[in-house]
Amino acid sequence: MTVPLFDYVLRLADNALVLGHRLSEWCGHGPVLEEDLALANMALDLIGQSRSLYDYAGEVGGRGHDEDALAYLRDVASYRNVLLVEQPNGDFACTMARQFFYSAFMHPYWQAMAASSDPALAAIAEKSVKEVAYHVRHTSEWAIRLGDGTEESHRRMQAAVDELWPYTGELFEADAIEAALIEAGIATDPRPLEGAWRATVANVLKTATLTLPATGWMQTGGRVGRHSEHLGHLLADLQYMQRAYPGAAW
Amino acid sequence: MYTQGLSGPVDQPDQGHDPEREARFQARIDAEERIEPNDWMPEGYRRTLIRQIAQHAHSEIVGMLPEGNWITRAPSLRRKAALLAKVQDEAGHGLYLYAAAETLDISREELVDQLLAGTAKYSSIFNYPALTWADIGTIGWLVDGAAIMNQIPLCRCSYGPYARAMIRICKEESFHQRQGFEIMLTLARGTVAQQAMAQDALDRWWWPSLMMFGPPDSESQHSDRSMRWRIKRFTNDALRQKFVDATVPQSQFLGLTIPDPALHHDPKSGHWNFGPIDWREFRRVIAGDGPCNRDRLRARRAAHAAGRWVREAALAHAAKRRARAQAAE
Repeated sequence: MTVPLFDYVLRLADNALVLGHRLSEWCGHGPVLEEDLALANMALDLIGQSRSLYDYAGEVGGRGHDEDALAYLRDVASYRNVLLVEQPNGDFACTMARQFFYSAFMHPYWQAMAASSDPALAAIAEKSVKEVAYHVRHTSEWAIRLGDGTEESHRRMQAAVDELWPYTGELFEADAIEAALIEAGIATDPRPLEGAWRATVANVLKTATLTLPATGWMQTGGRVGRHSEHLGHLLADLQYMQRAYPGAAW
Repeated sequence: MYTQGLSGPVDQPDQGHDPEREARFQARIDAEERIEPNDWMPEGYRRTLIRQIAQHAHSEIVGMLPEGNWITRAPSLRRKAALLAKVQDEAGHGLYLYAAAETLDISREELVDQLLAGTAKYSSIFNYPALTWADIGTIGWLVDGAAIMNQIPLCRCSYGPYARAMIRICKEESFHQRQGFEIMLTLARGTVAQQAMAQDALDRWWWPSLMMFGPPDSESQHSDRSMRWRIKRFTNDALRQKFVDATVPQSQFLGLTIPDPALHHDPKSGHWNFGPIDWREFRRVIAGDGPCNRDRLRARRAAHAAGRWVREAALAHAAKRRARAQAAE
């Protein structure tokens, strides 16, 4: 039996952890020292959000799972993140495009969630919205710098936007698991946020002298556990210690 | 320490030797006044500081690599966040230290180029591999512990910008050291496999940690001058002894054995006497033949090369904005 609230909170938590993990892969390898700090900062915000969310998921799941059991002992098919966040870092333009698409969605999402009828989620939203506001600002600035920088950076930024575009549709999906929660005022309906998201993205891409891709087929499946091949490798790294030394406390 | 390479080749002789100004400068140092960027200073003082601060900054940056190697594999979310925050602090230390060096009339780009060209040194300790999670505990406990021993006196260094940077850095380092010790304590109280992992890490990191303090005083070429200028306040051997005296009881508390059969307490002096350090290994690692020297430089060069187009784009964009702003005026 699935508990809708548990599944829903896991989706939010997995998005934050997987993207935070991806950003943490940059640590020590950024294009400039200031950016090593900024990438780590965003990674820490997201890992922090995931911890609060896993903690709450464990509570509503009723099986006594703590944050580490949820993060480290579920395999690929049990992960519920959208495909966008598990996409590899690629070059700096790809990392910025991925972060910008996600943050530009999560900012209005968390803003709406601050009014959730679930006080635990409302509190997490209130904290997260401030963090994500910075992520939107930081990644918009980079999208503009790279888009309107050199010929090479323009080409790379446009390629990153085009490459990741088909993964943005999944952000706005709502299924039966969420329907009742939306009805009860616990979850936010993502569908109406698409207009605002598109406006933010179109505005930044225009300033960046980049072209908004035409919307074609959108990839989907992460939220029900059908992932890309990349997630298995990410989890192999993330979960290595817990798998190699089962039951040990660290 | 992070600046072991100072015992390398001697600087150029000072240009424009001015005994009267030098005497006034030394009098200020002796009166414990801080020297600030716009103050007159002997060329040797300036060059020694640039070299020391740059080596320290490079060590922070290269030091991100062995620990960064474990961020994606940290065994719990709490440890992952703490390690990421720690490595982020190191990037921040690198940044303030490069900024402190820039007050001495050299650019960060020049310093980074020296690191990438292999002409600038960084601490030998970061040329050892971080093989297990226990290495992350040991690096915090021993490497940050040794760094603090050296850096606390640097908070009173005669050069103001360096001293002020060190005050902030020391606060963070001491937090990292406690965090590392706490990882070791968890392992020491854990399963047999965890205890073995902790002992193995201590076995590998102990001697390299003692080498962090630099060559013995008998071979340390610049010690006297740096002491006179109050850039340095204690000798390498004195700091090394202080570190050993502080660390032995901690290892006993953890139930771990320091890999030195000659280690014993001398009731007369109150110190822990330790066995001979393999200075051939030290010189070999400093000269470039440690287990990871090539990997570390390769990783730094790769990040720098991969980031070139990003840095160029940022400059090009800033230039376009300036041009547009001027055109609009």
